[in-house]
Amino acid sequence: MRELVVIGGGPAGMSAAIAAYESGIRDILIIEREESLGGILRQCIHNGFGLHKFGEELTGPEYAYRYEQKVHEYGIEYKLSTTVIDITEDKVITATNASDGIFMVEAKAVVLAMGCRERSKGALNIAGARPSGIYSAGTAQKYVNIKGYMLGKSVVILGSGDIGLIMARRMTVEGAHVKAVCELMPYSGGLARNIHQCLDDFDIPLKLSHTVVQLHGKERLTGVTIAKVDDERKPIEETKEFIECDTLLLSVGLIPENELSEKASVKLDGITGGAQVDQNRETSVDGIFACGNVLHVHDLVDYVSDEAEIAGRSAASYIKGELAKKAEIKITRDEKIRYTVPQYITDEADVYFRTADVYKNVTLTVYKDGKAVYSKKKLKTAPGEMEKIHLDKSVIEGAEKIHIGLECRQ
Amino acid sequence: MYDVAIIGAGIIGAMTARELARYELKICVLEKESDVALGATKANSAIVHAGFDAKEGSLKAKLNVQGAKLMEQTARELGVKYIKNGSLVIGFDENDEKQLELLLERGKANGTEDLEIVRGERLKQLEPNISDSAVCALWAPTGAIICPYELALAAMGNAMDNGAELETDFEVSKIKSEQGAYMLCSNDGREICAKFVVNAAGLYSDKVAQMIGDRSFKVHPRKGEYILLDKKCGNLARHTIFRTPSKMGKGILVTPTVDGNLLLGPTSVDTEDKSDKDTTAQGFARIIKEAAENIKGIPFNKTITSFCGLRAVGDTGDFIINSPKERFINAAGIESPGLSASPAIAKLVCQMLWEQGLDLAEKSDFIKCRAPMHAFREASIEEKNEIIKKDRSFGKIVCRCEGITEGEILQAIRTNPKARDMDGVKRRTRAQMGRCQGGFCSPYIAELIAKELDIPYEKVTKSGKGSYILTGKTKGE
Repeated sequence: MRELVVIGGGPAGMSAAIAAYESGIRDILIIEREESLGGILRQCIHNGFGLHKFGEELTGPEYAYRYEQKVHEYGIEYKLSTTVIDITEDKVITATNASDGIFMVEAKAVVLAMGCRERSKGALNIAGARPSGIYSAGTAQKYVNIKGYMLGKSVVILGSGDIGLIMARRMTVEGAHVKAVCELMPYSGGLARNIHQCLDDFDIPLKLSHTVVQLHGKERLTGVTIAKVDDERKPIEETKEFIECDTLLLSVGLIPENELSEKASVKLDGITGGAQVDQNRETSVDGIFACGNVLHVHDLVDYVSDEAEIAGRSAASYIKGELAKKAEIKITRDEKIRYTVPQYITDEADVYFRTADVYKNVTLTVYKDGKAVYSKKKLKTAPGEMEKIHLDKSVIEGAEKIHIGLECRQ
Repeated sequence: MYDVAIIGAGIIGAMTARELARYELKICVLEKESDVALGATKANSAIVHAGFDAKEGSLKAKLNVQGAKLMEQTARELGVKYIKNGSLVIGFDENDEKQLELLLERGKANGTEDLEIVRGERLKQLEPNISDSAVCALWAPTGAIICPYELALAAMGNAMDNGAELETDFEVSKIKSEQGAYMLCSNDGREICAKFVVNAAGLYSDKVAQMIGDRSFKVHPRKGEYILLDKKCGNLARHTIFRTPSKMGKGILVTPTVDGNLLLGPTSVDTEDKSDKDTTAQGFARIIKEAAENIKGIPFNKTITSFCGLRAVGDTGDFIINSPKERFINAAGIESPGLSASPAIAKLVCQMLWEQGLDLAEKSDFIKCRAPMHAFREASIEEKNEIIKKDRSFGKIVCRCEGITEGEILQAIRTNPKARDMDGVKRRTRAQMGRCQGGFCSPYIAELIAKELDIPYEKVTKSGKGSYILTGKTKGE
């Protein structure tokens, strides 16, 4: 029996383990499927990480290294190249690797930190053949940054998620011609700073309300047909345009990887794709916590670390028998707010959320049992930028219902 | 000099090779693509039909029923998954019901066993998610599902284990007949000599027949598009659900696959271009509409991939299995139910070769069985640990979505017929076939292929020549 098992050794998993250690837990095991700690940060060699957390701009590997050092300093145990294949509701974990074979570990508490995966081409049903030359942006990033190989000479990118934007710049720097970034929505799904630094600075056109309707080429991709879409996101026939290219990168969404969470009967949120949690990041299953991109997809790793620290500290309290009863007040919200994390609350906490569309002159109002108790103004919100609102003790205490409202002038 | 050359390594070529490998013969299979099963065999409905569909007295009807009966044992010997899930042809009104009665009679005449028409509650019991507008169904408990390319790979692998040879990237462009033998020439200048030839060239079998002067038939492609859903959806349908056939054909079916996915399709569109495997927006729309009419609650957002196959449709209305010339057998126009009939077609071709003078002396050391490629996947934890103890690579998971280990991938690259590219590994192991579609594992699988084949990393292809993945090293490397 282990006190704490953390599944995933990326930024979330490491932060959670470190926080648990700093809260007095010593018997910790991190299980990581890759051959080293660091998760997806290992391939994010661009900078911009750590502005909130460290007040400086780090690359992904540098950011990860700071946490890795802490893991080593504290002597936190970890297993690499080890894949978890099952978790039960009773927190029995089955994992496999080459040296131990398939083994089981029972844990008092578990932190889920498995991250997310990219939505694949298959899920999009794009018409055409199935040539080579089509990659999800993250896979492309791995080939280029980790393996050191280039993928093609002329590129179209579908989707303006952050990885797509970063790869537009990366491919350009490596000598490829990035001809266009097509985005189905009338706004980008990525951070504003990435649009400036990765597209504008390199004169790469961002085609909003555009999608790829046809793939060409039998062996290798020879081009794509793109089209503008109408208000219902249906391609407009007359706007079809052929672009010659040998490479298509897809950055069309990230999906929290919760297949294991489901095996442990953890209740999921249909919108985030991650677990439903309270302010301690405890899931519907006692002693199972979740944080990072497996819980909901973040824009900034700094917020992942913050969230993981909460999960790690809470797991420590749980192990020590000090964790307060699970929160039961569900945060309700206006339709303009797509989701909140946490979904349940009983104590002071930061509540993270994304809006459903781009809004301007926004007023956010927190209602306690129907009465407005707090409000905050924002010039602009967008689905691509996660928002945060702090609910302090006075707001939460004695509440039976908490509602977050959003008003705006569009 | 080979005794028999088989043109085409699809299901018919592979099964025929395996049948012939029982005898003391030198056999060669010539395939124009880079791997086995890349034509019609790769993309179809993956069904062993019960046999009520084809017209009484046709070759299709006879060989379907015979083949379906042989299939279970063949699959067992070859270590291929086969599930007798039964099929339902559903009817929405009285007209359909009349059609189903006719199908029932036809099935009985063809020799299909245990056919029955079910209605109401009985139908709901058999298939809980069946559409509320389905009033009746023809139930065929002997219908089954199987993976067609897994079967072809296993048959070819077993034939090779018994001495048959496979030449890939060998596109026959000319056939010369000389001194009691045939000389088969490839378009890149290779030549192979054989006493007997089997034409199992699928879509191109008419072209091959023409090379020896046989212009008696034509084969044209008929497109069939499919949508494949996540494994979370496989239990939505227990049976293979067909619609009552109409003038427009058999319509869209919904079926679980042997690997637990849900398969929807196919469309049916005649085309001229034998290489047109493009999926289309119209195709998707039709599949989604009709599939939703068969079964309730299909979560289309759980789609993991879509694809298009080409059926090899002959112009005679039946399978074309004949001998247009001495020691030359056509096995052509093998459209549905070709997969179901394939074990019987292989036996028939063998018989015809014997009638033409091929000496069939049984091998004393014929290896009848092939170890299943999915054995590890389906072993218990204890059994798996025994295997891992002997070979550590089975402990390391490479494809997280399907849970496929490095050991299984290496096995696919080392076992007949050996995987040579990314799609080859995919078809043999299911690695890259899950919900992330290779997003995470493909760079590592490419590394394993490069290492095993001793080729540079950037020379690994997706699916044979031209389908390169990488262009070279980055600037810093």
